[in-house]
Amino acid sequence: MTDFSRMGVAAIRNGVANGEFKAVEVAEALNTRVAGAKALNAFIVETPEKALEAARAVDADRAAGKPLGKMAGVPIGMKDLFCTEGVQTTAASHILEGFVPTYESTVSANLWRAGAGMLGKLNMDQFAMGSSNETSYFGNVISPWRRNDGGNVALAPGGSSGGSSSAIAARLCPAATGTDTGGSIRQPAAFVGISGIKPTYGRCSRWGVVAFASSLDQAGPMARYVRDCAIMLESMAGFDPKDSTSLDLPVPEWEAGLNSDLKGKRIGIPKEYRLDGIDDDIAAMWDNGIAWLKDAGAEIVDISLPHTKYALPAYYIIAPAEASSNLARYDGVRFGLRDLPEGAGLQDMYAATRAAGFGEEVRRRIMIGTYVLSAGFYDAYYTQAQKVRALIARDFEKAWGQCDLILAPTAPSAAFGLGEKTSDPLSMYLNDVFAVPASLAGLPAMSVPGGLSKDGLPLGLQIIGKALDEQAVLNAGLAIEQRSGFTAEAGEWW
Amino acid sequence: MSVDKDTVNKIARLSRIAISDAEADKMVGELNGILAWVEQLGEVDCAGVEPMTAVIPNKLRLRDDVVTDGDVRDKVLANAPAREGSFFGVPKVIE
Repeated sequence: MTDFSRMGVAAIRNGVANGEFKAVEVAEALNTRVAGAKALNAFIVETPEKALEAARAVDADRAAGKPLGKMAGVPIGMKDLFCTEGVQTTAASHILEGFVPTYESTVSANLWRAGAGMLGKLNMDQFAMGSSNETSYFGNVISPWRRNDGGNVALAPGGSSGGSSSAIAARLCPAATGTDTGGSIRQPAAFVGISGIKPTYGRCSRWGVVAFASSLDQAGPMARYVRDCAIMLESMAGFDPKDSTSLDLPVPEWEAGLNSDLKGKRIGIPKEYRLDGIDDDIAAMWDNGIAWLKDAGAEIVDISLPHTKYALPAYYIIAPAEASSNLARYDGVRFGLRDLPEGAGLQDMYAATRAAGFGEEVRRRIMIGTYVLSAGFYDAYYTQAQKVRALIARDFEKAWGQCDLILAPTAPSAAFGLGEKTSDPLSMYLNDVFAVPASLAGLPAMSVPGGLSKDGLPLGLQIIGKALDEQAVLNAGLAIEQRSGFTAEAGEWW
Repeated sequence: MSVDKDTVNKIARLSRIAISDAEADKMVGELNGILAWVEQLGEVDCAGVEPMTAVIPNKLRLRDDVVTDGDVRDKVLANAPAREGSFFGVPKVIE
């Protein structure tokens, strides 16, 4: 019998299209996988009927000789940040517990139109704020990976798209949606040995995606293979008049354009990413990545991105500032939780609702954001951070004079244990040090598996490209994938 | 710049988030830790640099001033925690 759990997006789509198996068989098999993996806590809501319904429609279309979509017959996981009509959408928060949207996000609607089906809504860091999936109201997501020391320490699947990364690495689904505000697609992909791409800001509509930091939020695909990311990104992207920052550009045929011959491409290696005390495993993986891209025909050049060290502090002003504004909508009046203490007035109801409904990290970020936007501090913090953001974007602009792509590690370490970094918010924030600069500049960036650490855990290589040049990013990702020989899988302990 | 407990309470009020005394105490340390760390941005020479609000050049589109949707009252009210007829219910605001 075909093991559908080991098939990627392209393999399932092609198999369904060629009549090798029915879409319904795939959906049934993956529904069973999802139902059997509760120990990972990757899903907040399972929607087996949705997966079957989409599969039946694809099978019927094929039988009727109708054209099939780019994702026809492929069941996927949907991050719980995307509003799905008739299916609870919480952003992993208590304040949205029980919220059932009456509309569908543009990105998810695009995927259903392409023939994909929904296995369920994936757990995540609450409001996408976190790097380890420990801020979800619905409990931690567990990575399927374990260290090779024989122990069974529960490891972080990364965040915020940690339900997505865990589910894909555990082979519950071939692909899932993610969103990336400051590394939330790339870092979890790196932690579990899969691929994920954040496209250029504006490629994927933000309409119907629960907002965190609007000038940074960008959706993207996560999958085990680079080709699968290309296919899924094509289905997700596209101009949407309902998002004022959506790019009015045609969606390139990224899958058809895949080409791992990098002759003529210059790859920049930023010296500022080689931090003092860089992890040996990370440094060795980076060197391997350089060798693989050379082997693919690329030329390697040393570059400088001088403002790199200021990216993270700038991000931790800009993102909370935007979050404090976006999250003002949760007022206990129009939707979501309401906490009305006995005899309380409107103002007390707001305060009680928001105290009860937001988790600790969310409250912390709203308060930081409120502070940096408040009278007397706005210029010193917020305006200064926006200026530094301009300088970070300028660093990349200058670098493009010398190179076409940038290669760096995705994260400074392999996955850490759950609970190891929760006591100190700053040490958690530092995990996104390599991911945040590309977010601030709105550039396409991808993580692909680069090897294993001494502990037997996956490590990720990051490729950053010029605005709108997702194709070059995907091509370099493919070149690495073809050379890294990364076939490691998490053992099935759950 | 550093914050004290009064400032934390003021930020919480502005944020419309109720916090206990113990939470405010804890938050003083956390916020000061984070603010001390972001303080390093002050080192950067930003003379003549415009603050960046949009990363990818994009024109804000205008559309015709016509009604494009409506008649969705029940959808809008579907998730209200305290619906009263065709309205959102709130506690009394005027005595």
